[in-house]
Amino acid sequence: MAFNVIGKTVMKSLFGKPATAMYPVIKNDFYPRTRGSLEMDPADCIFCNLCAKRCPAGAIEVSRAERVWTLNRMRCLVCNFCVDVCPKNCLSTERQYTLPLTDKTQGLVRIEGPPAPEKPAKAAVAAAE
Amino acid sequence: MGERTIIPFGPQHPVLPEPLHLDLVLEDEKVVGAVPSIGFVHRGLEKLVEKRDFQEMAFVIERICGICSFIHGQGYVQTIEAIMNVEIPDRARYLRSFWGELSRVHSHLLWAGLMADAFGFESLFMHCWRVREKVLDIFEETTGGRVIHSVCKIGGLWKNVDNDTLQRIGAVLREVAKEIQPLADVFRRDYTVQKRCVGLGLLTKEEAFQLGAVGPMLRASGVAMDARKLGYAAYGELEFEPVTETGGDCQARTLVRIGEIYQSLDLIRQCIEKMPDGEVAVPVKGNPQGEFLSRLEQPRGEAIYYGKGDGTKYLDRFRVRTPTFANLIPLLHVLPGCDLADVPLLALTIDPCISCTER
Repeated sequence: MAFNVIGKTVMKSLFGKPATAMYPVIKNDFYPRTRGSLEMDPADCIFCNLCAKRCPAGAIEVSRAERVWTLNRMRCLVCNFCVDVCPKNCLSTERQYTLPLTDKTQGLVRIEGPPAPEKPAKAAVAAAE
Repeated sequence: MGERTIIPFGPQHPVLPEPLHLDLVLEDEKVVGAVPSIGFVHRGLEKLVEKRDFQEMAFVIERICGICSFIHGQGYVQTIEAIMNVEIPDRARYLRSFWGELSRVHSHLLWAGLMADAFGFESLFMHCWRVREKVLDIFEETTGGRVIHSVCKIGGLWKNVDNDTLQRIGAVLREVAKEIQPLADVFRRDYTVQKRCVGLGLLTKEEAFQLGAVGPMLRASGVAMDARKLGYAAYGELEFEPVTETGGDCQARTLVRIGEIYQSLDLIRQCIEKMPDGEVAVPVKGNPQGEFLSRLEQPRGEAIYYGKGDGTKYLDRFRVRTPTFANLIPLLHVLPGCDLADVPLLALTIDPCISCTER
């Protein structure tokens, strides 16, 4: 009985598929829902500060005056809350994880938005009317 | 009587990554006493509720622990929902039970691997963790995270799982059950395992009850107590009986956990079969005002969540009583009289999670 079990295992190990993934050749595929890292597209961003307000870890900072969005990857939990609250759908979670970092000053992402569209001056609006 | 020596066990010990620290009082090779000390991974998460919005806290509470993460999140949102009188949709209740049972399977497989590693059975350890990987893949596919899922929100769930995916997961789990079978046989019958586990760390039914043991530690002594029987989430509509053993030793605790893996797989099958259609979240308005205490069954035993809101968006108080905290006392009770070499095994049979205990 024991011999059968051992024999089966030996045959399986000799002729079966490898138990581990052949990593560098075959890359592991992520699932569509995998939360790897937070990314931001500044094209539509209105710098409303909602993501920074709702972030449980305080990883996001937004400056409306300077039109700058900053993320500290060392603090980010990748919980997806900011992605859900963003009114303009600028935020998304990418499937690929970020590279490991060695100290807390690394991983700061600073994204500057395009300059704000200029508001027509009140006098010009009145004149047009 | 031999000379007494004090040997520190942990906080860094090869047998388990958790910073459990015990000062063992030894007479020759026999343990005569043990003094625990904790405080190595305290993060002050309970205090954080005073500074973070109650909705954001659902993500933070889940990070109390990396193994029972889903049930921590569930316990928190369940408490807040009870304070705010929110009825969640049926599908959300079933999905919560589904993920809760999946995390039980992964936690018990992780524990079985660590246990095998503790008595030097390396290949069994690797096989247990190989099977566990499939469960983690299911988590990643359905929630987006392998260990931290972030799917529970107040009023339901952030994500839904469609019925086709659930059916496919059901098929994967049937394969998992087949793969666990030979591993379970080793834990049940292998000579080496029996030699290390049978008769070790005896805890009688009365002692287990009086010392406040919870979870598999309690059920292995013959007390059929399981918080899932309270019927939270979808458990009221699922058929199951608590897995119990009467031995009260390390072997019995192992058997209870092995039995619970099969029970959880069966509960997941029932969840998939009975899964109602519909939405998974309802909108929630206002802030919590009042207090509530909810009890949930974690893989390690019963956890208690207490929340108190004062009508603002910040909670007044939130408290978690984790199962390891309750199980430390029975551990200290079974340690005296055992050999020094058996201490790692005994410490493991309570399935210690110090990150939970210290929060």
